[in-house]
Amino acid sequence: MAGVQVSDVSRSFGAHKALDNVSIDFADGGFYALLGPSGSGKTTLLRQIAGFDFPDSGRITIGGESVERVPVEKRRIGMVFQNYALFPNMSVADNVAFGLSVRGEARAIIATEVQRALDLVQLGKLGGRRPHQLSGGQRQRVALARAIVTKPRVLLLDEPLGALDKALRVDMQIELKRIQREIGITTIFVTHDQEEALTMSDRIGILRDGRLVQEGPPEEIYDRPKSEFAATFLGDANIFRGDTTGDGIRLPDGTAIAAGAGAKLAAGAKASCAVRPERIRIATDAGAPDGTANMLKGQVSKRIFAGNNSTYFVERGGQTLKVIVQNTGVDRLAEGQDVVLRWSPESTVLIAAG
Amino acid sequence: MAAATASRSGLRSALPLLAPAYLWLTVAIFLPLSAMVFFSFMTELPLSGKPWAFTLGNYAAFFSQSLYLTLLLASLRLGLEVTLWCVVIGYPAAYVLAKVLKGRSREAIFLLVILPFWSNGLVRIFSWAMVLREGGILDTALNAVLPFKINIDLMYSYPAVIIGLVHSYVPYMVLTCYLTLQAIDDSLIEAGRSLGASRLQVLKRVIIPLSMPGLVAGAALIFVPVVGSFMEPRILGGRTGTFYGTVIEDQFVAVFNWPLGAALSFILLAVVLVILAVASPVLRRAA
Repeated sequence: MAGVQVSDVSRSFGAHKALDNVSIDFADGGFYALLGPSGSGKTTLLRQIAGFDFPDSGRITIGGESVERVPVEKRRIGMVFQNYALFPNMSVADNVAFGLSVRGEARAIIATEVQRALDLVQLGKLGGRRPHQLSGGQRQRVALARAIVTKPRVLLLDEPLGALDKALRVDMQIELKRIQREIGITTIFVTHDQEEALTMSDRIGILRDGRLVQEGPPEEIYDRPKSEFAATFLGDANIFRGDTTGDGIRLPDGTAIAAGAGAKLAAGAKASCAVRPERIRIATDAGAPDGTANMLKGQVSKRIFAGNNSTYFVERGGQTLKVIVQNTGVDRLAEGQDVVLRWSPESTVLIAAG
Repeated sequence: MAAATASRSGLRSALPLLAPAYLWLTVAIFLPLSAMVFFSFMTELPLSGKPWAFTLGNYAAFFSQSLYLTLLLASLRLGLEVTLWCVVIGYPAAYVLAKVLKGRSREAIFLLVILPFWSNGLVRIFSWAMVLREGGILDTALNAVLPFKINIDLMYSYPAVIIGLVHSYVPYMVLTCYLTLQAIDDSLIEAGRSLGASRLQVLKRVIIPLSMPGLVAGAALIFVPVVGSFMEPRILGGRTGTFYGTVIEDQFVAVFNWPLGAALSFILLAVVLVILAVASPVLRRAA
């Protein structure tokens, strides 16, 4: 097992820059999610690490060994594909045995290792089946067993749960996490599903247009997004735009919003503030004045009830703000009602414009 | 009950679509073939009032004269060799067409593969005659390039027959293999390599087994007509080009012994069917 370092990697396809100077450090044994919209370069980055494609410039090391010109079959990686890519001409056991058998391992060793890998993914009894006789979730487990049986240095997953339905996906998320912990392998996981990235990974890298936008633990990216894109792509956010005052911004209509988190900016520059919908309190009256809290007045335009919570859409100065309120059984607000929104500066993240 | 009614009405509505093909097959193949079966058991052709009788003599002739068996074995060997050369030449081309080339260049190369289909068979064979004979295109070209004098005269030889037949039949192999290779998902190749297999190991363990149906179909499409071929052996092979197919042709056009020609044809048909029946399960299991 080993860590992976990607340093200043660029890759272009014709005029299109798929990766633009990307650097990420994947520590040994960690579970990483590469998150981004389609076309952001996340799969291209994974393919560079796997060795299916070589970077135009930059360095990639696995376990400290420089691999950017090493072909995939010599990199000792394990990969799980979105469509599983099981060999249809082989049984489940032969699929799992493939990596050991091309290496020329002895038959007895292959048989034990294959059985151990199938047991690990809880398919110990299905070795004799053909891939087409399995369900989607089972195929995914076989693909995982096949990828880890060779004891690779790093496990690469290309949207592995994308083809599964919602309930099965949640099961597989837990399962995948359990297996990853059990064998302690460095895992890099490509997804466009933000929830998946948040729940599964130790660290997340957000990509956009071939660039790494932000990288860090899920909590850090969620609580301290460094760009409007990161704030809105990972979770939901209300964005206010204006001029910085040093410790917040002033909206075009003169309202000041205090920010207790995020970038330190010189006064006067263009900037934005991001606030998560669940951090805002909503009430019908101003209540006792609170010197430190941010406060805005608005009108409820729409309410969406989702059982455990409700989302209120509040119109304010030409902007629609989103507020999520836990269902406590009281204080249900009607559409058209005038409301006051309050939230603390600590929940407000200052973001440099651009 | 309801299902049976539905399938019967399905057949009735499909009948107008099936009828032309089956009518044509009946008239164009089944009737003449039946007539040939009939002829093969006659002593003489019933033309111009000659007397004739039923006999098994035409079939007995095959077994009484070792020449026919020798020629049949030579033709089977020819079929095998041509099929092998078609695999060796056609399979890599099909692989490149299906897995390497994309877009315009694929279309262009494909066209070049299909081209022999669009030219007249006789013209094709005579062009080979011009290339292969002494003082022909190959001989002249090689002597123009090489510093020493060599004599290339492949005309009227076994290799010439092989060259002509491979040229005629290689497109079948390219087409059938291309179709099965194209259906193989690229991610299977990538999965194999990510598991540490070299390109050659992926080819051996994944690609060839998965494209076996195309290889088998191509081999059957080539082997059967080559065993009975007569045009290429006669024109390019000359005196060395005597095969089972040319003997059958002789019976029909030169010796005018249709009953013997028909009997020899049906023996060939039987042998080929037996070979296909034995070979196809074996090949399928290998896949």
